[in-house]
Amino acid sequence: MSSVASVLRARRDAGSGALIGYLPVGFPNFDESVDAAVAIAENGVDIIELGLPYSDPVMDGPVIQKATQQALANGFKLRHGFEAVRQITARVDVPVLMMTYWNPVVQYGVERFADDLVAAGGAGLITPDLIPDEGSDWLAASERTGLDRVFLAAPSSSDARLRQAVESSRGFVYTVSTMGITGARSDVDQAAKVLVSRLRDAGCEHACVGLGISTAEQVREILAYADGAIVGSALVKALAEGGVERVAAVASELARGTSRAN
Amino acid sequence: MALRDETGPYFGDFGGRFVPESLIAALDELSEAWELAKLDRGYAAELNELHKTYTGRPSLITEVPRFALHGGGARMILKREDLNHTGSHKINNVLGQALLTKRIGKTRVIAETGAGQHGVATATAAALFGLDCVIYMGEVDTERQALNVARMRLLGAEVVAVKTGSRTLKDAINDAMRDWVTNVDTTNYIFGTVAGPHPFPAMVRDLQKIIGEEARQQVLNLTGKLPDAVAACVGGGSNAMGIFHAFLDDADVALYGFEAAGEGVETPRHAATITKGRAGVLHGARSFLLQDEDGQTIESHSISAGLDYPGVGPEHSWLASIGRANYRPVTDAAAMAALRLLSRTEGIIPAIESAHALAGALELGKELGPDATILINLSGRGDKDMETAGRYFDLIDAGAEQS
Repeated sequence: MSSVASVLRARRDAGSGALIGYLPVGFPNFDESVDAAVAIAENGVDIIELGLPYSDPVMDGPVIQKATQQALANGFKLRHGFEAVRQITARVDVPVLMMTYWNPVVQYGVERFADDLVAAGGAGLITPDLIPDEGSDWLAASERTGLDRVFLAAPSSSDARLRQAVESSRGFVYTVSTMGITGARSDVDQAAKVLVSRLRDAGCEHACVGLGISTAEQVREILAYADGAIVGSALVKALAEGGVERVAAVASELARGTSRAN
Repeated sequence: MALRDETGPYFGDFGGRFVPESLIAALDELSEAWELAKLDRGYAAELNELHKTYTGRPSLITEVPRFALHGGGARMILKREDLNHTGSHKINNVLGQALLTKRIGKTRVIAETGAGQHGVATATAAALFGLDCVIYMGEVDTERQALNVARMRLLGAEVVAVKTGSRTLKDAINDAMRDWVTNVDTTNYIFGTVAGPHPFPAMVRDLQKIIGEEARQQVLNLTGKLPDAVAACVGGGSNAMGIFHAFLDDADVALYGFEAAGEGVETPRHAATITKGRAGVLHGARSFLLQDEDGQTIESHSISAGLDYPGVGPEHSWLASIGRANYRPVTDAAAMAALRLLSRTEGIIPAIESAHALAGALELGKELGPDATILINLSGRGDKDMETAGRYFDLIDAGAEQS
């Protein structure tokens, strides 16, 4: 079983769920982005989703766009992504999934990308703009290397497409909570609950919910029915405003929603 | 199989649907609606009526002998899409997609725009059909095409100036896609060119191919034979696909797409995607694009906002890869010289986009010689470009001399 799946299972067996935290590589600079990822892992985040900055991030809202644009302006290169995975996994024992738009992987070479991710100690890939229908190269490379592959499921997905997402994914299915892009929202949609239940009907073992989650209360709500809650913009905003110390504090606060602290 | 029969989602190795899962249902819905509409006589009749009574189709062809003298004496014929209502070929596509929007029961449309031509056309169709309309336009483009921003607002559309990334067309597409992901229940995305995820490349081409179908017959009527070459400018590539399509299986008709070379393809400031790019994924399709070694999109440059795009439609990439069409770069300077030349020799002021095709045709004429006939797509008129042209040729200050 993959390290991601075993973390999710362990949390579930403990009567809770996992907190998954997103941060982009290279923001506000390389070293601080690594320190921040380590800090959130030390403060209750169970799985790290490490974002690779990309010039045209259509799934991302203003907070993450701004951060990744700054990382690119600072000179982010793909090799920094692998280096960050290496440094993070050397310092903390949490699985690190890379989140990347598809073109950088294609240009790096799908097989080479998979090999370098394995060598760096990465757990797999979350691919927001790659649907399984277009993913044969990645399915083959992840099959060969054992990397996790996290595809997305949306409230608008048909039952047939949910089955496809479940069958194609390994690690978990990224359950898009609401129709939209990344960014904090005051209410996480009821749609998330319905979608997780539809995914279960389609045979999904691990469904983690993302988009719009920013409070411990929302994390708790989601973990009542899902295996993991994914927080991105709220962490990036904390890092932008108050550095590593602030993002660690926000992670710790969010982790209260996993109820392990209670 | 005839080259004209390709319907996507793939054109050879190019095309596809590289988009977030959230958009797949909407793309499926659009694909299905489009397949049904294509077979529906009622839809065709309604669209034809609009072409005739609203757009002003069929558009004329105009032979331009005084201009042609500067291009080796080859016979040159313009397809006059500049005479369409709203001033360019963009209206052909927009009316078709607006009718489709009504058929799928959505009440709000969004669009991206570079030069503003597609935005103006979409705002026009939204006004005509009573649809809410939001246009995404890069901040840089809102500045260089201020008149078109005013036109869209006058037509009742909201214009959003996009401030992210390079603040041009590619970023306008990103923001339009973000809007679509969020509002897909009520909103249809009227995409302006033959790029993007399936079904857009095939659907926009189908709605633009009327250009070539008309022109092919018009040139036959005028000259008794097919042209030796067809020339069009290529940004995303909708006017070029529109005029190329009817000729794809006419093996003796050479097809030439002219890309924006900006300050020169040897400099970093150009938009010559097929000439200088390589295959990759951008905006939902696999096609040629301008990118660095990491796959980050490189910002393009052209004096023409409508060609200032680092990607290109997948069918063009396919036609280039199989050698059916040729793609060549044309610099800002050559395009502007052709713009002035057509204005002064024929009394027709072309859009700067279309001026790239004119400049390319002048060179082509010299290569092919006086016996050749070249059909050129004059995709838009130059009214929107008067500020740029005025600055370029120093025409605007009182007392400015004849350039």
